[in-house]
Amino acid sequence: MPSPLLELRDVTRTYRAPGTAFGRKRLHALRGVTVTIGEGESVALVGESGCGKSTLARIAVRLESAETGEVLVEGTPRSELSRSQLRAGTTEIQLVPQDASAALDPRMTIAASVGEPLAIHRRGTKAEREARVLDLLDEVGLDRSLAVRFPHQLSGGQRQRVVIARALALEPKLLIADEPVSALDVSVRAQVLNLLRDIRERRSLALLVISHDLAVVRTISERIDVMYLGRIVESGPTAAVIDQPAHPYTAALVAAFPDPDPTTRERRAAPEGEVPSPVDLPTGCAFAGRCPRAVDDCDATDPQLAEHSALRRVACLHPLV
Amino acid sequence: MAADTVLAIEGLALDARIRRAIARPVAEAHVEVRAGEIVGLVGESGSGKTLTALSALRLLPDNIEIAAGRIEVGGQDVRALDDAGLAALRGSVAGMVFQDPIGSLNPSMTIGRQVAEGVRIHQGVDRAAAAARAVEALGLVGFPHARERFDAYPHQLSGGLRQRVMIAMAIANEPRLVIADEPTTALDVTVQAQILELLQSLVAELGIGVLLITHDLGVIANAADRVTVMYGGRTVEQCSTLHAFGDMRHPYTEALVASAPTLEGSEATVLRGIPGAPPDPTRPEPGCPFAPRCTRVTAECTVVPPAYEEIGEGRSLACIHPVPAAAHA
Repeated sequence: MPSPLLELRDVTRTYRAPGTAFGRKRLHALRGVTVTIGEGESVALVGESGCGKSTLARIAVRLESAETGEVLVEGTPRSELSRSQLRAGTTEIQLVPQDASAALDPRMTIAASVGEPLAIHRRGTKAEREARVLDLLDEVGLDRSLAVRFPHQLSGGQRQRVVIARALALEPKLLIADEPVSALDVSVRAQVLNLLRDIRERRSLALLVISHDLAVVRTISERIDVMYLGRIVESGPTAAVIDQPAHPYTAALVAAFPDPDPTTRERRAAPEGEVPSPVDLPTGCAFAGRCPRAVDDCDATDPQLAEHSALRRVACLHPLV
Repeated sequence: MAADTVLAIEGLALDARIRRAIARPVAEAHVEVRAGEIVGLVGESGSGKTLTALSALRLLPDNIEIAAGRIEVGGQDVRALDDAGLAALRGSVAGMVFQDPIGSLNPSMTIGRQVAEGVRIHQGVDRAAAAARAVEALGLVGFPHARERFDAYPHQLSGGLRQRVMIAMAIANEPRLVIADEPTTALDVTVQAQILELLQSLVAELGIGVLLITHDLGVIANAADRVTVMYGGRTVEQCSTLHAFGDMRHPYTEALVASAPTLEGSEATVLRGIPGAPPDPTRPEPGCPFAPRCTRVTAECTVVPPAYEEIGEGRSLACIHPVPAAAHA
């Protein structure tokens, strides 16, 4: 079996908890997360705010480092790579940022922004780079005349296409998209989702989508990892996980999801409580306090992600299926 | 207009002064909310939905003026009210819930006092009575241990609890209408579901009418009884929620619903999206605002905007070439 494109093995990451003196308390953003993404695979990371999904993305593109655990790119641990190898490796995994308007320099033209990675990595001559930028604009469905414009002259959907074009400039093998459509209007959202899917097919690109929106995930990902408070609690094929959740938290997410279909309204139910603070974590299962199935041993034992059925893994002592 | 109508906006037009130019962000808005129902006001950014709702309480920014139209809240002509009348209207006839509770709550004042303050001002009762009513209102919105946590500050609360405080403030004076502008957009999915359930139970228990403004079709589908769709500063369709998602007449409503991914979808589902971009309010075109993006457009659509008319079954529409009923059987 070929090595996966990207593998995070038992990665942890903590931060100093805000508002506590001398950093005595730690905020546990990632508590032992293992994620693999194979070549050309489309995976979604789903969870609510503070579950650690954006931290994971930042570690994957080396904007942050793992505290413990290992990050492997095509089977090689990053810790064993030299600086120049690390630099070359950054071109293989690219991030599409969450907020396109904040990610684009307001004083740079669209062409300059899209071409910047090519210039930094000294790809081709200036003329070649300029031609490449126009090709990239074509690929993301932006008119070439926009090349000389500035970010503020573009709509939100167009800016999102610009950051996608920039992420594609270095021909990555894996694109990580952090909430790629959450800031967009519904009609534009569909266009950008369709675009991501087309690009993925055309380039046989692997795609890691980070989202809180299960419907978005369903239309774009083959596999789904559900995160809760710095842990992956359930993992498996998207359709199976959403249609038949095994972890009570996944079930709660699905039941709470406001599906745009009034005929399924009766199926909706809001779970109890809110996500607890990642600073003072409970000893047992982190979801136990909100879980309708929790029994005494859930407060005592912290369940680990384990094989559940074909292709599915669950971290729960009392799974639903 | 029915006797139990708590909000009626008819033919509203707004003028905005932007530098020296005059734009018309709202050209013809119609909204009606009756007691005991949630009306979803849906539209994309720039459709005029928030300005229309703010007009109901005359909370518009200084550079925007009401150019035409009739606005009634709880039977009162809002455009004719003086300052005292407006103050009474905003506090006790209608309450407002905003998207961002942290920006709307006073960080240096306990939540109990903030809820009680509105009660004291509008009902003219003493501090003790106002505090008692505040505890009651906090209890109604499902705020746990309201009496014990009366002296908590906003920063000590989670996002969901802060939004509950906002809703408690909005309902403390027993208003007939609550306007909620994207009340769940900043919240996580599981908490959003709790707040929507709360709004629905308040409507059922207190008989208030709620205008729920959102761009999120999922929120509408799960919480609203009726839907009002705005596009390019105009109300284009008004109907029941079931009609809006399954038997809509306006091509924009149809395209919008087809754009939204659902849990029933699959990786193979191609979302429709709507090609093109919404109209620019500073450069109004004659005719229907949706005409440039509409698949059913004909030459006459670009001459004058279609009239907004009742079409039976309690629904209204502004379209010359509506989607036929059989199209989505």
